[in-house]
Amino acid sequence: MDPVVLFFILGVVARLAKSDLRLPEALYETLSIYLLLAIGLKGGVELAKHPISTVAPQAVAVIAMGLVLPLLAYPILRYIGRLNNFDAAAIAAHYGSVSVVTFAVGLAYVVKLGVPYEEYMPLFVALLEVPGIVVGILLARLQSLKTVQWGPLAHEIFLGKSVVLLVGGLLIGWIAGPTGLDPMRGLFFDLFKGVLALFLLEMGLVAASRLGDLKRAGPFLIAFGIIVPIIFAVIGAVLGKFIGLTLGGTTLLAVLAASASYIAAPAAIRIAIPEANPTLSIGASLAITFPFNLTLGIPLYYQLALALHK
Amino acid sequence: MKQYPKKLLVVIGEAALEKFLVRDIKAFGAHGYTIADVRGGGAHGARDADWEGNRSIRMEIICVEEVAEKIADHIITQYAKNFSLSLYMSDVSVLRNEKF
Repeated sequence: MDPVVLFFILGVVARLAKSDLRLPEALYETLSIYLLLAIGLKGGVELAKHPISTVAPQAVAVIAMGLVLPLLAYPILRYIGRLNNFDAAAIAAHYGSVSVVTFAVGLAYVVKLGVPYEEYMPLFVALLEVPGIVVGILLARLQSLKTVQWGPLAHEIFLGKSVVLLVGGLLIGWIAGPTGLDPMRGLFFDLFKGVLALFLLEMGLVAASRLGDLKRAGPFLIAFGIIVPIIFAVIGAVLGKFIGLTLGGTTLLAVLAASASYIAAPAAIRIAIPEANPTLSIGASLAITFPFNLTLGIPLYYQLALALHK
Repeated sequence: MKQYPKKLLVVIGEAALEKFLVRDIKAFGAHGYTIADVRGGGAHGARDADWEGNRSIRMEIICVEEVAEKIADHIITQYAKNFSLSLYMSDVSVLRNEKF
């Protein structure tokens, strides 16, 4: 297990043991801004090395996946889980969108194994943030599409901090190139894993404090939060293989498909679907899927990618 | 020194509501507001402000009674059903009448 995951477990244990450990909110904010920017920058630098003709078809396929995943999650939530329309749509949006930190841990895993991967993958992270949220909102409002105020909503979705920082980082990295970013290498690239570890300590505290939500969420959502990511990972891995990604890239696309958003989606969905109970979507995404992916999911998705690449 | 009676309306709610509240109170004619980040708990469980989705704000608006009541009524009908929200009002005295 990668040591960064041990930091996450430390956070979980500290919260469960009722330790008074608490990271200042401003630090959480700073670390998350750093991670989003650093991931974007790294992707942008690598993107500049690849012709658009290679990346564009892959990007289209990845966006299509982002649109399809919530459509698959919704009927499961609505008809097997018997959730109401709003809750089903909100949770579908969370699982259609992606978790940047899960991606970062997946990246650390792939790098540690030394398998090849497409270093411009952060582009796919940025592309996958939005479609799931949009489809989720459409699902919630199918009966009343005319009442949706798309202007303020688009602002919320496209100018949320995670999209701004990821896309901004990608663009800066792409424009500046490796030599331009060289003076910042120490901060944005070398310190990355240490910052990720600190952030995961905080996420351990946060995830453990949501465990109480599981009582309200019930057994269906707990099962959903583990089984659906595995199914989605299969879809991501098969797509990754199909669009010609390497072993590491396939693993990472599976990780992205399996991950559920807890930064971009909760903020946008709270505004767009206020009727949905955030305890359910955030409980499932943060308290079940995130820890599952970090500990067992990522190694499993790697094995999946490995099987496809044999 | 002459004092003028006004109402202090305090709204404690989810940080996600901030920009909507600011927009709404201006539309109802309030001249200003003060916002602070806060932590607390209630019917929606503990809101610890430990990450984005769990932040709360306290918004204070000083205005004439009529405006305060209109704002409070609007906030309750518009947001109280789906968001964690507390409101209260109290009497205050201000020193510069024209500011509020």
